[in-house]
Amino acid sequence: MSDASSATARTIAQAPPSPLKDFWNAFSENRGATAGLVVFMLFLLVAIFAPLISPYAPDTQFRDALLQPPVWTDGGTWQFPLGTDPLGRDMLSRLIHGARFSFFIGIVVVTVATFFGVVIGVIAGFAPTWADTLIMRVMDIVLSFPSLLLALVLVAILGPSLLNAMVAIAIVLQPHFVRLTRAAVLSERTRDYVTAARVAGAGKMRIMFRTVLPNCLAPIIVQAALSFSTAILDAAALGFLGMGAQPPTPEWGTMLAEAREFILRAWWVVTFPGLCILVTVLAINLMGDGLRDALDPKLKRS
Amino acid sequence: MSAILTAENLKRHYEVGGGAFRSAATVRALDGASFALEPGKTLAVVGESGCGKSTLARVVTMIEPPSGGSLAIEGREVGPDGAAKDRDLRAMVQIVFQDPYGSLNPRQTIGQTLMEPLMLNRPEIKAEERESRAREMLRMVGLRDEHFDRYPHMFSGGQRQRVAVGRALMLEPKILVLDEPVSALDLSIQSQVLNLLIDLQEKFQLAYLFISHDLSVVRHLADEVMVMYLGRPVETGPKDEIFAHPRHPYTRALLSATPVADPRHEKTRIKLEGELPSPMAVPEGCPFNPRCWRATDECRREFPPYEGERHRYACYHPIEE
Repeated sequence: MSDASSATARTIAQAPPSPLKDFWNAFSENRGATAGLVVFMLFLLVAIFAPLISPYAPDTQFRDALLQPPVWTDGGTWQFPLGTDPLGRDMLSRLIHGARFSFFIGIVVVTVATFFGVVIGVIAGFAPTWADTLIMRVMDIVLSFPSLLLALVLVAILGPSLLNAMVAIAIVLQPHFVRLTRAAVLSERTRDYVTAARVAGAGKMRIMFRTVLPNCLAPIIVQAALSFSTAILDAAALGFLGMGAQPPTPEWGTMLAEAREFILRAWWVVTFPGLCILVTVLAINLMGDGLRDALDPKLKRS
Repeated sequence: MSAILTAENLKRHYEVGGGAFRSAATVRALDGASFALEPGKTLAVVGESGCGKSTLARVVTMIEPPSGGSLAIEGREVGPDGAAKDRDLRAMVQIVFQDPYGSLNPRQTIGQTLMEPLMLNRPEIKAEERESRAREMLRMVGLRDEHFDRYPHMFSGGQRQRVAVGRALMLEPKILVLDEPVSALDLSIQSQVLNLLIDLQEKFQLAYLFISHDLSVVRHLADEVMVMYLGRPVETGPKDEIFAHPRHPYTRALLSATPVADPRHEKTRIKLEGELPSPMAVPEGCPFNPRCWRATDECRREFPPYEGERHRYACYHPIEE
């Protein structure tokens, strides 16, 4: 409490709060979002320092410890805190390395989908009616397929691998960014400051990407955060179906698929990767919701 | 004094509707306006909403090309490209918008907003010179130096409008289009901004095209007044003439609607019947005839010719004193 009041006092003493500080105040008010951010940061650290934290390499096999249960159950040892998988590999090490893949997938997919989605969306927003209609109908077609099914078809065409899975997921996610960007651009482009920039002599490109786009970023950031979790989830689903990362890659979805046959005998081999996916996705979604509340002025409490 | 901008029968029509199964309708937003602007003088354009005032502003600022008629600035004809490729032409005419909350880019600091026109049109000016000019302009419009790095959301409406005026003046234009620059502001702030505009006009000999529906503001600021109705000027003339001896019935009705701060003042308000007709279906003849109490058959046939020299009006039955 004293913290909060001293923070307010500081803001009053200084000039008006900066937009960043404003944003942080709104964001940190939301407990779920803050918790999500903490978990997300934790996973990020784990992913970055995976080789240092994990006790073993993800593909080291211990032939005399196949399907060993976690430490707190009968027969568990501290050597393998979360047990081992059917091939005698340490679950904990594999999960820690799996975090790397998940973040890698999330970052690459979201970057690719956001970049192309935003560029196409801005173009659609400024294009003449016929081009706008053409772009949006193509996006509608992509959206009309169930996303996982479309990703499956794409992977089937491109061949199963982690890279192709990422490409497929990026293509599936990208229409959302196009629609969102276009809608934001359409509402911003008629504002007076855009006309003012035009009167000041700004060219088409400058107006599109320097004047209008920065003012459309808030919903795009939120969508990017939420897509991060969708990407992780879809990649895991593709991995589970054998269309994503291939064994022995310690990708969470692939781990689930490999362990499927042992689900009744050894619950830990499916539970822990599943839990990892659940916690990560939940944390990112909570964070994304907080971002939306903080960035979207329409939802902001005044 | 010679005119710096002359408009001859300026028109701007829009096509609306027009799908695969419908034919497009034409909106005659601006339908033949002729006027001239002189350095250091203010031409006020008045009229009710939808009469084409803002369209006129957009055409004069070369944001939109005219559909007909001609526009000449310092004797140079404005082509169909407008100012898109002509920096000198663009620098001549700048605009201040009505809404101070929408006319400044929320992601740009005041300094960036002021420097942008220079950066785009005078690339030969160095960055330091640009910044010092922007700071100079900030002082000139009555803001302080520390405002330079702040964002628009930290400013009040009046301060924002000062920034908007400053931005418009950065290119040293000769003509400033003011599209209801004070109608979104509080009364006390209005007079501050208006006085700033008057000072700047004297200092730089600016020609103002002042668009407004507030007649008391027009009375304060204008040299000449143009009254518009449904896309056409119906009466033009020196301010005192128009206010003292309106000849067109519409002007008369408009003037009678101005509130007077005198409780004993005898109310002689003329109430107009009916709504403003849609600009998609402008009445035949004089566009004012369905609402005019002096209209005759003649008015329903053809648009009346302009009468008078300096004080021009288009009416078959002008009001005689």
